[in-house]
Amino acid sequence: MSEDIQPSAEQRFLERLKARDAVRGAEPTWIAARRQAAAARFEAIGFPSKRVEQWKYTDVRRIRDGEFALTDDADFSPAQAAALTLPIEAIRLTFVDGVFSPELSDLADLPDGASVEPLTQALADNHEAVGAVLGRLTGVEFSAFAALNMAFAEEGAVIRLAPGTVVEPPIVVQFLSRANEQAVMSHPRVLIQAGARSQATVLEHFVGERDAANFTNVVAEVFLERGAILTHYNLQEAPLGDALVQSLQVEQDRDSRFVSFNVDLGGALVRHDLVAELNAEGAEAQYYGLFFAQGRQHVDNHTLVNHNAPRTFSDENYKGILGDRARGVFNGKVVVKRDSQQIEGNQSNANLLLSDRAEIDAKPELEIYADDVKCAHGTTTGQLDEDAVFALRSRGIDEQTARGLLTLAFAGEVMDKVGLDAIAERVELAVAGKLPERFNLGSLVETGLLEEGASQGGVADDRND
Amino acid sequence: MLEVKDLHVTVEGKEILKGLDLTVNAGEVHAIMGPNGAGKSTLSAVIAGKEGYEVTAGSITFEGEDVLEMEIEERARAGLLLGFQYPVEIPGVKNIYLLKAALNASREARGEGEIPAPEFMKLVKEKLAFMKMDPSFLQRAVNEGFSGGEKKRNEILQMLVLEPRLAMLDEIDSGLDIDAMKIVADGVNSLRSEERAVLMVTHYQRLLDYIVPDKVHVLLDGRIVKSGDKDLAIELESRGYEWVQEESAA
Repeated sequence: MSEDIQPSAEQRFLERLKARDAVRGAEPTWIAARRQAAAARFEAIGFPSKRVEQWKYTDVRRIRDGEFALTDDADFSPAQAAALTLPIEAIRLTFVDGVFSPELSDLADLPDGASVEPLTQALADNHEAVGAVLGRLTGVEFSAFAALNMAFAEEGAVIRLAPGTVVEPPIVVQFLSRANEQAVMSHPRVLIQAGARSQATVLEHFVGERDAANFTNVVAEVFLERGAILTHYNLQEAPLGDALVQSLQVEQDRDSRFVSFNVDLGGALVRHDLVAELNAEGAEAQYYGLFFAQGRQHVDNHTLVNHNAPRTFSDENYKGILGDRARGVFNGKVVVKRDSQQIEGNQSNANLLLSDRAEIDAKPELEIYADDVKCAHGTTTGQLDEDAVFALRSRGIDEQTARGLLTLAFAGEVMDKVGLDAIAERVELAVAGKLPERFNLGSLVETGLLEEGASQGGVADDRND
Repeated sequence: MLEVKDLHVTVEGKEILKGLDLTVNAGEVHAIMGPNGAGKSTLSAVIAGKEGYEVTAGSITFEGEDVLEMEIEERARAGLLLGFQYPVEIPGVKNIYLLKAALNASREARGEGEIPAPEFMKLVKEKLAFMKMDPSFLQRAVNEGFSGGEKKRNEILQMLVLEPRLAMLDEIDSGLDIDAMKIVADGVNSLRSEERAVLMVTHYQRLLDYIVPDKVHVLLDGRIVKSGDKDLAIELESRGYEWVQEESAA
């Protein structure tokens, strides 16, 4: 195959970029320069092949060989958007195929000291402030996809918290994918700067129309200053034809805490890279993940914790559930840098295979260059306990429900930590179908039962409240 | 109520039951006794629908319905419940959830709606107290980390909540100390009624001091070879099984 006849995949993407550059309005010079550098980087390394260790189990041809256009409109029926939107009180930024939709966003509840806005707005207000940090993390060296993102990026979410700011409602960044005639791609950026002792919950929600087949390549960079606490959720319910690559890097200062919940339920091809840099004492990262895939879905979770300073802590627990011919990848790495003493790093991964043809490639890795550390890791893979299935059925519970219950129970260890009921409900529905009750029952019944004498009246009263 | 006729069952190619006949009527408590390997547990497992047992001949009917044609869960909903010899641990599924989901499944099969939460709580509390179990137990995962005695009590608790027409108890007495045995026996006795029946499989006569059977059967080499009343159990205890074997061979 000679190059002058068939342009390479990289060239095709770069052609699109060139066409885009021609119609895009004037930009600050720093952006143009970074685009150019990113494009050069992308061209130099190209899409990862399976020969690249980090991509050994994940074939990106679905993206590489795809024809993805760019779009400029954010049209989406409000009724349909409402049906897809997570039903919680939230501050909300919505992007439709990467394009900001003011109509589907809601920024009313923002407290003083917090700013949540689309990237275009942040650039218009003060592009230098954005330029000072954008790309410092998850930069063009991070991966070919991060470079590709930087070359194309125009829109995204910018979340800034002044020191001491506490934002109560979750900040939802919603990415809607449409069933377009022509598949499209988007390269959103998420930039989170959490000032000292600030606290917030950010939820990235990937969802869309059932027949969509788009490519979303999102890059997130998170800066946590001293004592900041950020809880980050991914609720990934992308349409089953979508490809999604998410690269997220967090930089943590002293005593900061980053808690990540990653829930994968959708997508045809999904890849997450999650990296925390624990740069100062007391910094702590917790990663909790659940990936559930069926059909021919492919879900790859690569996580990395860099213990760059002494007395930093990490804890990780990922559960994978794979049915049909789905394929999962879990690669979790913990690195303890030289002289980073008194580290604690725990990592565990358990996988459940619901069919003979489902497949998991699990690889926990520890790299330790210090001697006074407490690190543990482990991975297991198994099947549903058929004796337990029989035990449930022998009490009158139908087979499908019994299997659903046991599958959900497998995810329980991770799901118990999820603070947002709406997410637990989505998981329950996806994994187990419609169960007879809320799984393991709502707290209402439990407390009513356990409190002596709080029988009939107690519950009736609660309901009337 | 339960009619087992000429039942032949093989497990992994080996014939375990070789023409078993048994009739259990409503209101009766039956005990099936026999030495290890006689096929006692196979009988209850086949009635409950456990996989791995092949019925090569014969029939099982429950209230006139062909049990062998019913799904496992349908048998339970029809009122056929098996108390396990070795109750399985189900991590991540709370006892309270299992009880409620199971009860509602049976109610739905009978065309009744879901049990209202207050009514359910009242019922469960009552049965828990009867089995001398702490309410905190409801929040624990099914059988996870339970002692042998707790697991058996849990089986009976499920029976009390689900109120089966026919309760089958497979070696429910194994591994129980005398106090736990009394609690379990009280639970089983409370199930006795004109409409219900109990089928116990046991190794030891001791259980039958607490749950007095109407009929006792001796299962030897895949067949019921002798039936009698509670005195037969006492005789078996003192004389062993050899004389029955000789008698049936004669």
